[in-house]
Amino acid sequence: MKQLSVAHVLGIKYLKKEDIDLIFKTANHFKEVINRPIKKVPSLRDITIANLFFENSTRTKLSFELAEKRLSADIINFSASQSSVKKGETLIDTVNNILSMKVDIVVMRHPSVGAGVFLSKHVDAKIINAGDGAHEHPTQALLDSYSIKEKLGVVKGKKVVIIGDILHSRVALSNIFALKLQGAIVKVCGPTTLIPKYISSLGVTIETNLKKALEWCDVANVLRVQHERMDINYFPSIREYTQLFGINKQLLDSIGKDIVIMHPGPINRGVEITSDVADSNQSIILDQVENGVAIRMAVIYLLAQQIKK
Amino acid sequence: MVKKTLLNAKDIHIILHRLACQLIENHTDFSNTVLIGLQPRGVFLANRLIQILHKDYAISNIKSGQLDITFYRDDFRRRLEPLEASNTDIDFIVEDKKVVFIDDVLFSGRSTRSALTAIQSFGRPESIELLVLIDRRFSRHLPIQPDYKGRQVDVINSEKVKVSWQENDKKDAVYILSDN
Repeated sequence: MKQLSVAHVLGIKYLKKEDIDLIFKTANHFKEVINRPIKKVPSLRDITIANLFFENSTRTKLSFELAEKRLSADIINFSASQSSVKKGETLIDTVNNILSMKVDIVVMRHPSVGAGVFLSKHVDAKIINAGDGAHEHPTQALLDSYSIKEKLGVVKGKKVVIIGDILHSRVALSNIFALKLQGAIVKVCGPTTLIPKYISSLGVTIETNLKKALEWCDVANVLRVQHERMDINYFPSIREYTQLFGINKQLLDSIGKDIVIMHPGPINRGVEITSDVADSNQSIILDQVENGVAIRMAVIYLLAQQIKK
Repeated sequence: MVKKTLLNAKDIHIILHRLACQLIENHTDFSNTVLIGLQPRGVFLANRLIQILHKDYAISNIKSGQLDITFYRDDFRRRLEPLEASNTDIDFIVEDKKVVFIDDVLFSGRSTRSALTAIQSFGRPESIELLVLIDRRFSRHLPIQPDYKGRQVDVINSEKVKVSWQENDKKDAVYILSDN
């Protein structure tokens, strides 16, 4: 397979295993590119990309922006907080205005679930979902799987536990789709209030005891508690959460094997993970960040390939 | 499809030795020279030349690498069938080095043009030369000519020149393929 089976990258659930393989293969080449003395290729010099962030973001936005620059695309950035959205403009109007400036690809983060799908049906540009509400964050899941593959050789058959606030996490959902598609065995672990009711229908199991989950897994992907998405209290206190679901060095040493620690960021040090774990040799958190640029370059490149002259 | 043999294994053997000698004439001990095989098929030729230089002329430790030019091509988004990238393997910088590009067939010159851009990512070389096994005359789209050539051929645009290597295609030979 030499091209993606989809016209937009809206979520992992729309991708096939072959798409993921192609993205990983292409990302391998871009990872080599971003480690050269001059880290840039001219492939997308006649492509314009709009980064529309209707929700706050630091690393995803920087990562996309760097990926686009490394591919020589022209870029325009837009944050909702500084825009006419505040004046009552609709999403389609905002995007169509931007598209009339001849934009080829839109990278969008939006607080509403399905915003990317909606946009792909109404505007003439390639859409990449950079996070839609608590739904999907496909490039994050791709870079997570890619990092697992890089560290352990394969994803198939590996036991991965996703720990923390599963209910509000688009990273968790996209990761479950991506890992299952590649044949990994997935477990989720967290307070029962933060685990969605029908999660087992996705083919994952639930564990509420952190130590047991860690003893079982090869990889632990630790998530942040998303206070900004919580309108009620899901657990009594941060202190209690940390005691039951926080990973510290002592706990990690007690399980008697070396597991891989991942975190999509931003990290709340001392809450879901302690500094000595986050900065340990078992942690691949910074590899995830580097791989994020390569994966996003691959996704953008493969979508741009479909835009014919 | 008509297949005409242009060069057989013996012809290729003689040509490769001549090319190796021409390289020695210009680069002596290769201390400041790097040989870069252009992916995918230039790599076979580069490896073969390095082998000959080492075995028959006792020149070892030649710096070499492989360069993929897919991301530097000027026909991205213009092709019906997208191209797949190959690996680039250059673990040194080419700053102030004498670079020799090695490819199997020189046709339009566009791949070489892309390679000239791509190599800049690894520094500013002192000079760049081009070595090809087959030079298709009168087919250039760009002002690019080889410094070393195995054989020059005149074939029409609809004909294809195919170089096969023992390592990959079980036999050393160069064919001209045409529809009739």
